[in-house]
Amino acid sequence: MNWLTIKRIFRAGMLDFWRNAFVSAASTLVMTVTLFVVGMAIFGGVVLGSAIQSFRDKADVNVYFVPGAAEDQILSLEKSLQALPEVATVQYVSADDALTNFREAHQNDQLTLQALDELGTNPLGAVLNIKAKDISQYDAIGQFLQNQETVSTGQPSIIDKINYFDVQHRAALDRIQQITAMAQFVGKIFIAILILVTLLICFNTMRLAIYTSRDEIQVQRLVGASAFFIRAPFMVEGVLYGLVAGVVTLLLFYPLTWWMGNATSAFFGGINVFSYYMAHFGQFFLIIVGTGVVLGGVASFLAVRRYLKI
Amino acid sequence: MIYYDRVSKIYADNSIALEDVSFSVEPGEFISIVGHSGAGKTTLVKMLLAEERPTTGSVFFESINVHELPLSKMNDLRRKIGTVFQDFRLLPNKTAYENVAFAMEAAGRAEAEIRSDVPHVLELVDLSEKANNFPDELSGGEQQRVAIARAIVNQPDVIIADEPTGNLDPVNTFEVVQILKKINDLGTTIILTTHNKGVIDSLKKRVITMDKGRVSRDDKEGKYIL
Repeated sequence: MNWLTIKRIFRAGMLDFWRNAFVSAASTLVMTVTLFVVGMAIFGGVVLGSAIQSFRDKADVNVYFVPGAAEDQILSLEKSLQALPEVATVQYVSADDALTNFREAHQNDQLTLQALDELGTNPLGAVLNIKAKDISQYDAIGQFLQNQETVSTGQPSIIDKINYFDVQHRAALDRIQQITAMAQFVGKIFIAILILVTLLICFNTMRLAIYTSRDEIQVQRLVGASAFFIRAPFMVEGVLYGLVAGVVTLLLFYPLTWWMGNATSAFFGGINVFSYYMAHFGQFFLIIVGTGVVLGGVASFLAVRRYLKI
Repeated sequence: MIYYDRVSKIYADNSIALEDVSFSVEPGEFISIVGHSGAGKTTLVKMLLAEERPTTGSVFFESINVHELPLSKMNDLRRKIGTVFQDFRLLPNKTAYENVAFAMEAAGRAEAEIRSDVPHVLELVDLSEKANNFPDELSGGEQQRVAIARAIVNQPDVIIADEPTGNLDPVNTFEVVQILKKINDLGTTIILTTHNKGVIDSLKKRVITMDKGRVSRDDKEGKYIL
């Protein structure tokens, strides 16, 4: 294959794209719908992921210390917790802070506050609030804390209670894990089916577009054109459909994500699709336009094949 | 040059298109194949282009068994054979000029050659004025002349014209036959299938008569006898 042949193939592909305007427009439109679905699937995945993440973030484990536990012991436990690979953050709430928080939480409950004043001393202990990197890792952290508790035998343990071992707390954690795993699974299946269906529709459209040219392909073959020389312009045409459809899809997403941006961040929490789109535009460009180009090229390649068998 | 060796074609429903057909064609000959519809004329010429495969027997083109050629080598064979069809079969999205140029581009000919040869061939079939028209802007006779221009532009050894005048009026028929005669005078072998008695009788060339898939007559300077 030489430069002249390549030039002829590109010229023929572009001329056909232009002269077959109606077929080109229809194919590009279907391709645009396909790429739009692919893009929406990506956005859907991102929004779902962020919603699941913010839901999972609500899970935590609290370690309550006995009142009057030495602060340096608590801080050393905090340090060893932070060193664990499973731990994302550890927040230390001192006994005084715990009391302040308690007072704030019950500021309208005079009876409780009066009872507290009656005591004279701070009945609350310090608290370590632990968040794991992943919800499945609380078990390991719980194990670690349990070991810490037993290590300190001989002297009274400074740990009063670890809410991970509360039946209710554990059940809640398990529920969160189950629901989010289920949501992720269903989301993935749904997105996969959606993409598969639109890809099939797109493939079929390309087949129909090339079906209209089947006589032409036969004539080209009988006139002495090689299979490659016939097929390549169709592939150029397919790639052009993908290219145009990809650019149109990216343009459509601009106003759409802008319009949906605030709504998604308010509803699902965290993510704004418009800022996500802008921040990841390069990746979106590669995925959407790349999918279009590959889809157009491959679909044309396959669709022409059956008419070349003479 | 071309040799049909005991060629038969039997379709799946046991209908016989060709039965034990043997004949040869010498270089520079003008041979007409005549017969009723369904006599096997078109099947016969499709065999040479490997558009159809024989059930038994072989077709040779310059000592090559056409049906043993791999698909990838088929285009080399087809470039040596120009084809004209009854229904013209031009590429609808290409102009007359581009249709003719396509055959040269497919054969990998240089741009300069295309620029000089295509106008020349279009002039030969008297279509210089319509070079930039698309097929649907041309009359049947004009389309057929474009098809002939496309068939001859690569200077093939053989031209197959499968009922080229079937869709044309008498004036256009006469013109097309004159062009084919002119090409034959320049040394190209012509294989013509036709129903047209007037055409055959005026040619005074070899005629092969087909009947129910068999060769019933093969006359050196034949007439249309059915």
